[in-house]
Amino acid sequence: MSAPLTSLDRPNSYIGRSVPRPNAKRLLAGRGRYISDLKLPRMLHAAFLRSPHAHAKIASIKADAARAYEGVHLVATGADLAKICTPWTGTLDHFKGMNSAPQWPLPLDRVVWAGQAVVAVVAESRAIAEDALELIDVDYEDLPVVVDIDGAREAGGALVNPGSANNICFRSQLDNGAVDDAFAHAAHVVEEEFSFGRHTAVTLEPRAIVADYDPAAGMLTVHHGTQTPYQFQDLYSRHYNIPEARVRVIATDIGGSFGMKLHVYHEDMAVVGLSILLGRPVKYVADRMESFVSDIHARDHRVRARMALDAKGEILAMDVEDLTAIGAFSTYPRTSVVEGNQVIRLIGAPYRFKNYRATLEVIFQHKVQTSQYRAVGHPIACAVTERLVDMAASKVGLDPFAIRAQNVIPDDAYPQTSPTGYRFEALSHQACLKRLHEIMDYDALRAEQVDLRKRGSYRGIGIATFVEITNPSPAFYGVGGARISSQDGAILSLTPSGEVRCLISVTEQGQGTEAIISQIVADQLGLAQEHVKVVTGDTEVTPHGGATWACRGAGIGGETALQATRALKRNILEIAALILQQQPSALDIVDGEVVDAATRKPRLPIAEIARIAYFRSDTLPPGTQAQLTVSHHFAPQGYPFAFTNGIQGCALEVDVETGLIKLLKHFIVEDCGRVINPMLVEEQLRGGIVQGLGAALFEECRYGDTGQLMNGSLADYLVPMPMEMPDIVIAHVETPTADTVLGAKGVGEAGTAAASACVLNAVNDALMPFDATINSIPITPAKVLKALKRF
Amino acid sequence: MDLEETAVKARAFSYFRAARIDQALDAHARAGDEARFIAGGQSLVPALSLRLQAPRLLIDITHIDELRGIRRDGGYLRIGALTRHCEMLSEPLIAEFAPLLHAAAPFVAHPAIRNRGTLGGSVALADPASEFPAMTLALDAEIEIVGPSGRRRVKADDFFIDLFETALQPGELITAIYVPLFKADQRFAFDELARRRGDYALVGCGMLATFTGERIDDIRISFFSVGNTPIRVKGAEATLIGSSLDAERIAAAQGALEGDLAPPESDEVPPAMRLHLARVLLGRLLGRLGEGA
Repeated sequence: MSAPLTSLDRPNSYIGRSVPRPNAKRLLAGRGRYISDLKLPRMLHAAFLRSPHAHAKIASIKADAARAYEGVHLVATGADLAKICTPWTGTLDHFKGMNSAPQWPLPLDRVVWAGQAVVAVVAESRAIAEDALELIDVDYEDLPVVVDIDGAREAGGALVNPGSANNICFRSQLDNGAVDDAFAHAAHVVEEEFSFGRHTAVTLEPRAIVADYDPAAGMLTVHHGTQTPYQFQDLYSRHYNIPEARVRVIATDIGGSFGMKLHVYHEDMAVVGLSILLGRPVKYVADRMESFVSDIHARDHRVRARMALDAKGEILAMDVEDLTAIGAFSTYPRTSVVEGNQVIRLIGAPYRFKNYRATLEVIFQHKVQTSQYRAVGHPIACAVTERLVDMAASKVGLDPFAIRAQNVIPDDAYPQTSPTGYRFEALSHQACLKRLHEIMDYDALRAEQVDLRKRGSYRGIGIATFVEITNPSPAFYGVGGARISSQDGAILSLTPSGEVRCLISVTEQGQGTEAIISQIVADQLGLAQEHVKVVTGDTEVTPHGGATWACRGAGIGGETALQATRALKRNILEIAALILQQQPSALDIVDGEVVDAATRKPRLPIAEIARIAYFRSDTLPPGTQAQLTVSHHFAPQGYPFAFTNGIQGCALEVDVETGLIKLLKHFIVEDCGRVINPMLVEEQLRGGIVQGLGAALFEECRYGDTGQLMNGSLADYLVPMPMEMPDIVIAHVETPTADTVLGAKGVGEAGTAAASACVLNAVNDALMPFDATINSIPITPAKVLKALKRF
Repeated sequence: MDLEETAVKARAFSYFRAARIDQALDAHARAGDEARFIAGGQSLVPALSLRLQAPRLLIDITHIDELRGIRRDGGYLRIGALTRHCEMLSEPLIAEFAPLLHAAAPFVAHPAIRNRGTLGGSVALADPASEFPAMTLALDAEIEIVGPSGRRRVKADDFFIDLFETALQPGELITAIYVPLFKADQRFAFDELARRRGDYALVGCGMLATFTGERIDDIRISFFSVGNTPIRVKGAEATLIGSSLDAERIAAAQGALEGDLAPPESDEVPPAMRLHLARVLLGRLLGRLGEGA
């Protein structure tokens, strides 16, 4: 490990300190500024008529009554918006051979999933708009529907897009080492077919947008509940042909995102067009039912996998086939194949075997699109790998900890390249395994399990090792032609009063981005944190950058802030040196005071430097131009991704008569490199774990035979709730990346990555005394009882 | 409320707040099919927002005093229709004389809903997955109804007809639920199986039995979330009356459920699974009853 940046003992050492989020109080006090609450003068409201059919031709749309309804300003169809908006296609060049049909804000002649928006109504109020929707008559002609994976792959079966050769969006293959040979000579082979249901993000605040086109200025302002304002500035500019500098996207407070709010949604694109057509602000907030049928879903994979081992339990090879269905289109601009791609590349990642083969097939179907959502692909890769490892352990006669200790890449063996081509700088599987064993009090849990089984109580203990992808470089999207930045920018100013204002491209979704940026700035400059103001989320104000996704905020945004702050500090000290007639290197800044670097003796407050520079520049030596604003960009170099790792454990109890599962306790040891704010890291881990536990036991978008979502409400779609959540015990191992000064990697997805795998292993562990196994997520009472043959 | 608000999406309706029963009934008679009574609104308001219902008139009955209050009335506890779910937890008279309702209340949704939802509303809606309608069956309660043709009392056994269909006629209101007072020789048990606390149950059950020593003289067992209405399992009851609760009797009662229940098809819980869960739950509750629950 590299030397720590700072000692927590000196003043202004905020890196590594649990300080509260400056914005938490504001949000708790109800002072959040969410798009849902936004009202603009002359603002109108949009509502959308949605398709009841999963696949149908639009024969005609009769909307005269709606147009005539009092309070209605506009009724727009696909054809109306296609006149001003160019279509988009959700493909990227580096996914060779992938295809997807072009998309428009509203469909031109065919609907391809139940719930797809078909007609937009803009009215004085949302209620009036919805009244008018009831007056629109769309004549549909049913077309054959493709719902499940097998149906989609049938030769000669129905096609999602008539005219295409088949329903395949993308295929990919990996083949390294000698897989067939390894299986032929293996002492043990374990094999399983896994299924992972669709689920969705269910943010507290649904998607929300207010588009405000000013025809006089030729200026489009979009207040958008999104993680990625710059990406949308670019897209609105290009698809509506408005110069980029005349498009402003403002992303203020946002009630949850989890990756769901960085994709192009048809309604959002339509709302921009509606505002252009009307020259007035137009607002749209998805209601909960609309969210279920129009927000991206995630997962929906079927994975067949096998693992070969030698007699001692050494993993020799894996062979994997992933089938995933993504809906009718690939999502724009990040596509819907990234999840499958990450599944086949992350499987086996913690382990040192070298023979690996995988195929991926991504399939279209008549459902809403899937795309990137928290921990893209990770939970699937983790569950497949870790369940096979447990099956192998049981076959070889090893304890789950022992087989992992034997097979993980040793902590002293880095750098390493995985058989799937990922390059690992430094991971800490061994240290994490050891620490988890301690914090779980594993041996005591096992002893208790044996004891309770005798009394008819079935406890299960599960562990799951994981690797997480963070800090993506341009290798993620940029190389594929997407205008999605992997760099971030910051503009730092010393204010005339000696405070610091930081405009930065990473965004805040409640995870504490602004808190950690202010910690880094305060720490690096030598200033109290309350004297740093961080501004995010406005393309007119903050510099262009990737913003916040794929666990890049701390690692890339944080490094940007760090380097920008060091530049500002150099400039401040240069002026201080002139005033004090010293060398800049002899000075430092502590707690807002320029001090003598050697003695720490205060010399001059930085407020005084600011005062002189801004108001009495005449007193500075001739030729001096104080630069108290700096701008700085940082793009990750070195490793294409900063991989992190960790391990989770859980204890649970299965009621073998009812199939209900009680989660008793959850554990995680996580290595995200430099921890900037332990409290926020732990909040991220807990939140991520709870989302993973939701996936494990509760969350699933269930569809009927005709492609209708059966449980699109919060009464039927079960999200994890506090009563069902266990205590979560957290421990850290820190392996900073050497690619940056800060050394931070991401942490937002680590909890979600392995929680469901952990539960899957624990449930199977609980069912060990029975001839019953579970290979499907979510693990419902029905699946457990079926496995136990109770009905 | 500001109608410009984006969240207001119900179709427009008129609102009338009734101070007395006759005002409520008159208003309903004038509006006919276009009117709905509203009390706690915990089911009706979501239905309005989803436009599943779009009445022209809402008649607010929450200010009618006669629909409030809990008191003894002869051999019964009279529980006013406006009694809120949370009062089932807090009112000493409920705990003493209708302890089965007290035991069921914590399972009814979540505190925010219990603070507003009313007993009368729950029974009138007759959601087959709701706890209280099923408990009126187990309690042999009577439902007092007032309407254009006067006042009457209907036994719970005769009240629940089919899915969301009850003995209530259009324009009629529930005024109170009459529950026979709990006696010293009685025992009760309640539980439900749900994936999350506060959810609609996969299966739920409440029971009330009268004992002589350990012998069951009478028992009423009511299930919910198993069919189109709350359901009394008379076959299972019959196997238990006159016996004490040993393992053999409990097994016999569990066996009888197959004749009592015919759970409907559902995409998530197949009928055979629901029947299995009903058996498990019945076994557990009878076990508790035997221990003096």
